[in-house]
Amino acid sequence: MGKRKRRTSKEQGTTEDMAYFTQQLINAITLGAIYGLIAIGYTMVYGIIGMINFAHGEVFMIGAFISLIGFVICSMLGIGSAPVAILLVLLIAMAFSAVYGWAIERAAYRPLRGSFRLAPLISAIGVSIALQNYVQLVQGARPKPGGQIVSGGFNLFSLDGFDVRISWLQIIIVLVTIVLMAGFTWLIAKTPLGRRQRACEQDMKMASLLGVDVDRTISFTFVLGAALAAVAGMLFLMYYGVIDFFIGFLAGIKAFTAAVLGGIGSLPGAMLGGLLIGLIEVFWAAYFSSEYKDVAAFAVLVLVLIFRPSGLLGKPEIEKV
Amino acid sequence: MNGTAPLIEVEHLTMRFGGLIAVDDVSFIGRPQEITAIIGPNGAGKTTVFNCITGFYRPTVGRLLMRGDRDYLLERMLGHEIGQRARVARTFQNIRLFPAMTVLENLLVAQHNKLMLASGYSVFGLLGLKRYRAAEEAAIALARAWLERIDLVAAADRPAGELPYGAQRRLEIARAMCTEPRLLCLDEPAAGLNPRESAELNQLLVSIRDRDGIGVLLIEHDMSVVMNISNHVVVLDYGRKIAEGAPAEIQRDPAVIRAYLGTDDEAIDG
Amino acid sequence: MDPRLPRMLKDAALTVLVAAALGIFIVGFRTVDVGSRTGLSFDYHFVDLGVALIVIFFGRLGLSLAATGLRWPAIALGIAMIAAGASPMKLPSGFLHWFVTLGGVLLVIRAIWPWADQAIVAAARTPTGRVIDQIGTRWLGWLLLGLAIVMPFTPFADQKTMDLGVLILTYVMLGWGLNIVVGLAGLLDLGYVAFYAVGAYTYALLSTQHGLGFWVVLPLAGMLAASFGVLLGFPVLRLRGDYLAIVTLGFGEIIRLVILNWFDLTNGPAGIGSIPGPTLFGAVFAETAPPGKQTVSEMLGIPFHGIHRLIFLYYIILLLALITNIFTQRMRRLPVGRAWEALREDETACKALGINPTNTKLTAFAVGAMFAGFAGSYFAAKQRFISPESFTFIESAIILAIVVLGGMGSQIGVVLAAVLLIGLPEWFRDLGNYRMLAFGIAMVLIMVFRPRGLIGHREPSIRLHPVAPHPVKSGGSG
Repeated sequence: MGKRKRRTSKEQGTTEDMAYFTQQLINAITLGAIYGLIAIGYTMVYGIIGMINFAHGEVFMIGAFISLIGFVICSMLGIGSAPVAILLVLLIAMAFSAVYGWAIERAAYRPLRGSFRLAPLISAIGVSIALQNYVQLVQGARPKPGGQIVSGGFNLFSLDGFDVRISWLQIIIVLVTIVLMAGFTWLIAKTPLGRRQRACEQDMKMASLLGVDVDRTISFTFVLGAALAAVAGMLFLMYYGVIDFFIGFLAGIKAFTAAVLGGIGSLPGAMLGGLLIGLIEVFWAAYFSSEYKDVAAFAVLVLVLIFRPSGLLGKPEIEKV
Repeated sequence: MNGTAPLIEVEHLTMRFGGLIAVDDVSFIGRPQEITAIIGPNGAGKTTVFNCITGFYRPTVGRLLMRGDRDYLLERMLGHEIGQRARVARTFQNIRLFPAMTVLENLLVAQHNKLMLASGYSVFGLLGLKRYRAAEEAAIALARAWLERIDLVAAADRPAGELPYGAQRRLEIARAMCTEPRLLCLDEPAAGLNPRESAELNQLLVSIRDRDGIGVLLIEHDMSVVMNISNHVVVLDYGRKIAEGAPAEIQRDPAVIRAYLGTDDEAIDG
Repeated sequence: MDPRLPRMLKDAALTVLVAAALGIFIVGFRTVDVGSRTGLSFDYHFVDLGVALIVIFFGRLGLSLAATGLRWPAIALGIAMIAAGASPMKLPSGFLHWFVTLGGVLLVIRAIWPWADQAIVAAARTPTGRVIDQIGTRWLGWLLLGLAIVMPFTPFADQKTMDLGVLILTYVMLGWGLNIVVGLAGLLDLGYVAFYAVGAYTYALLSTQHGLGFWVVLPLAGMLAASFGVLLGFPVLRLRGDYLAIVTLGFGEIIRLVILNWFDLTNGPAGIGSIPGPTLFGAVFAETAPPGKQTVSEMLGIPFHGIHRLIFLYYIILLLALITNIFTQRMRRLPVGRAWEALREDETACKALGINPTNTKLTAFAVGAMFAGFAGSYFAAKQRFISPESFTFIESAIILAIVVLGGMGSQIGVVLAAVLLIGLPEWFRDLGNYRMLAFGIAMVLIMVFRPRGLIGHREPSIRLHPVAPHPVKSGGSG
């Protein structure tokens, strides 16, 4: 998001353009980190069951709501220290959103394995609609202000009176994302859980013959994806300061675009795609028009699907006949 | 080998998937009114050859020349054009019917392009013009003729997915034949059939060769089928062609025995 | 004491635990804006949550009982729940009353389902049963059509009923249109409302700015919407089905955003007003005609009444819906229609038969879009005011729910589903808020328990043998 309006007076020169550019770059990376976290959930679920989890955007939204509630509880309990509050809320949001991820798989995907092609898609859309309206009913339709949990920042540098600022919040967002990504990559690459996950991704039937509990592994995938989406939800809440029951819709589409752009099924791809979508959105808003920034992200999706459906880092799909 | 002109010429066909070479420099010829069997152990690359011929894969290297009203280079054509213009039809290892549609509908879908033209891309059809009605009746007649040949007339209005396994196999062949192909590619048509059904299948294939006069490419594990009905046999192993010739020659070929028959004795007894 | 009981109890307890984890924050703490420094405080709803959890416990227990064949305890439990919900006992919210009652009803249905199923099958075998089945399957469509035609002349036809009739028929038409795409061709289109919007704005703009009449614009709007369908479909239809779903979802949103932001053309969020209604042979429906025109009441020599316009609108949408249906029925019997269904069944096999999948899908997509365009035009002419608000994702979701509930590909199912999904919430106004929640849950339940919808039967598009022994299920035309 462009937090500063572009100044257009003529006497300001290229240095300011440079500063403006840098500022937008920082904003874009922050936003991209959030999209990347959501995109991982799409890419992992797609990798293992070959389907888009349409309800994933809603898990992100629920994560944001649980975080919001968590922060208010923290302030009521008098937990003044921001790091403690953030850590606490982070854990709560991850844990409780993970239950949503688990429940979605259990209710809307597992009974439909082996049903006709559109069935799981339709039921996932059903879940998505139901969750949106559930949150709207119990939490109200009005946007909820999140307050400021972390404020302040510092000037990275100044050019001719134009400050390039990084807020502490942006640093936190990028740091949290990096730490989680690293932990997550380790989890998938090195632990038995991750090994089972990769085995199922390769060949579910074979994995089950070799004694991998496929059901449990798929649940695990949903749970992990949901936990990461919840983190994204918390960061989103902190960054924008306001959420409503509908945020999952657009964020979901954009994160999905990120996953496709990076190559669906590829974890680094999801992160890269998230960053690129963040860049495209922020720079489009900064240099062209902010009304159409969502259109830009979508146009990217269509272009990628036309010219490189396997994405940047994905492997082309070979149709088994 | 007789002297008829080749129907399909496969030249230096190579298919790589990443580092894996599934088919390595395979060449052979299929002729009209002949059944050319492609045999080999599992994973020898037989189905990959079919997938290249029928446009599901684009070969890494190689030329696939199909003769018809003119010469077609199959490797340059899109999947559906191969069926539509070069007139190559195929069946699948794991049967792919339209299970919710009836037997008759399956056979009519196979005549799609012809009927589309006759229905003026649906315009004449929507108006209910005579021209389309006549074409549709002709299509039904062709379908009925095939149903008689595969003995499924009585089941014509049943969903294809409800048929017993053997009937589904026959229906899939009839469906491919309803596209009026010049070359028919059959991927393990006898798989899962009992001996009686298998024998019936042999008759059907022979009649397709002799009565309809088209070329047949046949992937088969069942050696009784291969030895009884094929005119020419191509043996693949690990993606390479290791032998080629008449069935009787192949049975005696030491390389084949070593690579294939020697390791799988029961296959000969069928 | 049944030995299976402890396991069932444990299962129900676990379910409650999961439900508690799901609900504790979102339901338990309702955030309210109080304008303090932090901005938010809470309204606590733990009692509601607790009651809901108790209901879930017994509901789950009842379901396990029913599943293991202990029907009578399950039925007793269900009836107890209904009684609790309907009793004057004061629960913390009205919703909980509904929740308990509905839960009980569902439980009872689940428990007696095996019997009911047997009974229905047995009844269908008796001679009377056969006659009823015959009527139900062969004549239901015609029956509904007859009802729809005479409806405006019955004593029920007041303003409210006519409005509802028009609304239901609009959704029937949209459902039939989407059915071509989703039900026949098996393409999941989540942005169907975009084409509806294109149709609506086409008529709104051409009529208010260029003075074109409804009947002239109607075909144009259909064609324009179809072109949009082709334009969008061309790049994405060769991809996997779920990509298509998300692209159409995005597209629906984009069209809305463009309408919202392209102020010069669409007047943005304020919308377009004073759109002329449809005319009858050039005559307008109004008390006094604009200069140079005639009112319908003058033309027919009858006194003016507001309901005439509504009746006219009703017949237009009935006609449009019927056209959609007849067109679809005919297409199904043509090669292209069979190819649609074949594509839904197996795209790979289609390719092997020489069918061009992209073109075939494109026709389905375009035809579906065209009917949405017609319906959109009609909507603009009926409402006389349109704004981007009418074209949100929710609309697409409702139409999809109608198609899914009706049984994908079934024409009569769409009618029943539209009556159920549109009619019921209108009758029970206070349930309106829960409508979308219920739709979402219903979509999941239908996919899990009855994936082929209310009407799951597929009538062959052609037969070799004339039908004899058992009753035919006609596609119906109502």
